[in-house]
Amino acid sequence: MNMTRFQHLIPAGIIFVLSAIVTWLSFTEEPAESFLFPRAISVFFIALAAWNLVRAASGLSRVGEGMSSSVMKNVFPGLLVMIVFVFWAAKGLGFYLASSLSFLAIYSLYDPAPWSSPKAWIKRVMITAAFMAVVYGLFTLVLQVRTPRGLFF
Amino acid sequence: MGDANPSGEQAGMEFLHYFGGVFEPVALLLLLGGTIGGLILGATPGLSPTMAVALLIPFTFHLSATQGLILLGAAYTSTVAGGAVSAILLNIPGAPANIATALDGNEMARKGQGARALQLSFLASGVGGVIGVLLLIFLTPVLAQWALKFGPSHLFWIAILGVTVIGSLDSKSFVKGLLSGCIGLWLSMIGYDEILGTERFIFTDALTGGIHIIPALIGLFAIPQVMEMFSKGRSTANVNAISVPKYSLSQSIKELLDSIRSLSIGTVVGSVIGLIPGVGGQISGLVAYDQARKFSPMREKFGTGHAEGIIAAESANNAMVGPSLIPLLTLSIPGSPTAAVLLGGLLIHGIFPGSDIFDKHPQVVWTFINSMLIGQILMVIFGIYTAAWAARIAKAPAPIMAAGVLVLAVFGSYSVQQSMGDVHIMLVLGIGMFLLEKFGFSAAPLVLGLILGPLAGDYFTNGSMIAAAQNGPWVYFFTGGLNILLISLVSLSIGYSFWNNMLQKRDPVPEKAGQEPGQ
Repeated sequence: MNMTRFQHLIPAGIIFVLSAIVTWLSFTEEPAESFLFPRAISVFFIALAAWNLVRAASGLSRVGEGMSSSVMKNVFPGLLVMIVFVFWAAKGLGFYLASSLSFLAIYSLYDPAPWSSPKAWIKRVMITAAFMAVVYGLFTLVLQVRTPRGLFF
Repeated sequence: MGDANPSGEQAGMEFLHYFGGVFEPVALLLLLGGTIGGLILGATPGLSPTMAVALLIPFTFHLSATQGLILLGAAYTSTVAGGAVSAILLNIPGAPANIATALDGNEMARKGQGARALQLSFLASGVGGVIGVLLLIFLTPVLAQWALKFGPSHLFWIAILGVTVIGSLDSKSFVKGLLSGCIGLWLSMIGYDEILGTERFIFTDALTGGIHIIPALIGLFAIPQVMEMFSKGRSTANVNAISVPKYSLSQSIKELLDSIRSLSIGTVVGSVIGLIPGVGGQISGLVAYDQARKFSPMREKFGTGHAEGIIAAESANNAMVGPSLIPLLTLSIPGSPTAAVLLGGLLIHGIFPGSDIFDKHPQVVWTFINSMLIGQILMVIFGIYTAAWAARIAKAPAPIMAAGVLVLAVFGSYSVQQSMGDVHIMLVLGIGMFLLEKFGFSAAPLVLGLILGPLAGDYFTNGSMIAAAQNGPWVYFFTGGLNILLISLVSLSIGYSFWNNMLQKRDPVPEKAGQEPGQ
């Protein structure tokens, strides 16, 4: 089995399992009247998911380029920053501090300018500060959104 | 005024009656801001119009329904036209709709006539856009009157038609397109059943309130684009805009008038395609370009920087905008993915599209439609004079755009209900969508399933109750002329997509670089 076929099999398998859970719940949960629409939809859902799984297993599912190792390597640091930002830092550190750090981290991670250059760092910090000032003005001053303060701000 | 479902003739009077609403200071300011902001966002490669409108929705939450819709409508109109700026000056279409514009526009710009290409593009967009909005003004009430005949079973089939049409047309694989629609429908069922008040598919406390449409829209459209920018790594590739020497505007206007054939072809093709639910702007530019070339005596000049190519493509792109809202406002079926996001914007303001929309919300709907008409004119003026400047902003490095979009997505999702749960849902859906897109799935049908799911579910439940009191569900849902017509259209959309899929496999069409999903 080549890499592309194997890669297509993973989402197809996950979606099939999801559709099976949805179908099972739709036909077993009560009251039945509340699950009439889910039942009707889940029948199509599981049928399409099974068709998709068979196509993936037989190598016919070729739409989509899949995930190359270089894409995974490039995406991973940014993904990690996003997850830490949303699931921990935003509430733990405070929305604005976490957002500023995440902005700076993503900008620095993907900025082609060398990490050793002090000039590049000054530029990154200034752009981050300017952007966060605009966000503060827009959300806190204009829209009056109260964000979690966390440990800091 | 505020007549229930006016006829086309009465509509002419109605829309004039509400014209003043557009010129109220706040409304005008939002229209200007939406137009300029939309031009910049549309000109920015990597930021699709759909994502731009999705990111704007949280801001409308704090505005009145009319003001919110004016902002979204202006952004929709100008992002479509703004996409031509990067297509012409950077050879990177801002959206799939602008692919055809790049063919002649960039060639013309390379010959030192960037200003001419931009002027022709915005003028053609303006003409096409105004005609498209006029169709919206006169056809919407007529269709709304026809929609009065619909009962729950018909409305259920219409909602399913919306999901299948966009699911089968906006995806490279029709199985995956329909599967995306099913996933969206399932996501829409999470939470409490509003009619019977029971819990459905609540696996964790965070899902008790269901999936709110705005964080979902932001996650599904913005996060995959952020991750797509991540996937390029620390790219040093630099896009170079072509310099734009001045060009006489009157000369461009004369040229536009001389190209009346291409302008007409573009406007007619765009309007017709806009009317077909789900097709949207993805293909209108390319179809119009192809037709204009076929009918042109100078067809060999197409692709070499020929004015007719730009005019046909851009007039079609913007002529599509108005008609794409006709099925949206009357039947809840969006004409394009961006119109699907607009549907989310209508719903959060408590405006449910349907046959009675002109009866219940005449001021909101007519002011919104009128603002789109004025927006087209503003778009031409600002487009012509700020395009080169917008292109400079559009060159913002990808790491800044990725970080900025992420922060805006987090703040936008949080601001809706001041809930971290919404932010978590937004990110999980966004990461999931990025992975699904890598395997040929598409966000548009998923979003449509998510938006139309509650409507389809309610119509299904109401219909089932009526059916139980009458001749049973089979007779209620599957018999009667209108039911059969709608079921046939659902089957036709699936069948067409299957056939189209087979054709594409036989003769694969090479993808154009720079194309972004979901306009």
